[in-house]
Amino acid sequence: MDSKIVQVSYFAIFREQRGVAQESCSTESATLAEFYEELKARHGFSMAQKSLRVAKNAEFCSWDADFAAGDEIAFIPPVAGG
Amino acid sequence: MFNLSVQAINSDELGRKLSSSEAGAFVTFEGRVRNHNDGKAVLRLEYEAYSAMAQKEADLVIAEARRLFPIIDLVCVHRVGLLEVGDMAVWVGVLARHRAEAFDACRYVIDQIKARVPIWKKEYYSDGSTNWVDCAECAAHAHTHALPPGER
Repeated sequence: MDSKIVQVSYFAIFREQRGVAQESCSTESATLAEFYEELKARHGFSMAQKSLRVAKNAEFCSWDADFAAGDEIAFIPPVAGG
Repeated sequence: MFNLSVQAINSDELGRKLSSSEAGAFVTFEGRVRNHNDGKAVLRLEYEAYSAMAQKEADLVIAEARRLFPIIDLVCVHRVGLLEVGDMAVWVGVLARHRAEAFDACRYVIDQIKARVPIWKKEYYSDGSTNWVDCAECAAHAHTHALPPGER
């Protein structure tokens, strides 16, 4: 499978665990679920995928969704506004 | 209208802008920083947002409220950054012809904002520890969070 480069944005607990707010990542993952597991293994994120939601280009989407070069991906921990 | 604000929320000014001679009801909700959570003394909070997405998602929430309830106008402002105990974290104001739809729309908006708009809260406790609210317990022994209706 071809690799692609995407932008990953980190917020809150992810930003602290990764140490940066954004980075470019090269990946061969086909789905966002695979991509999260790849990053979790690489960076040691503590959050389980089933506790999270995922966003592509600033909109919620399915973990089964595919993604393309240039997409902005963000993993969304449980929100706590209000 | 929804806005994230790095500055203190001026609810008087927001309220004055919500005006209509057709309105018989003006309902507001003000969320404030509480000095305790889960049995721990909270000194201050930090709110962080995924700004572009928070704006999109909150705009959707407000559009839904306008569809569901026959209101005249609605404004919501949410703080980001460091807040002290007693500070206003969020403000919702709804203008409507009658009180029922004003209360309902206000409740809908604050509940949906809390459930799905990407804003996170870090609490700083009196014992020196900190916690991203609702995140720590998602490590390892993960549990599933309720998703809003109509998962997109």
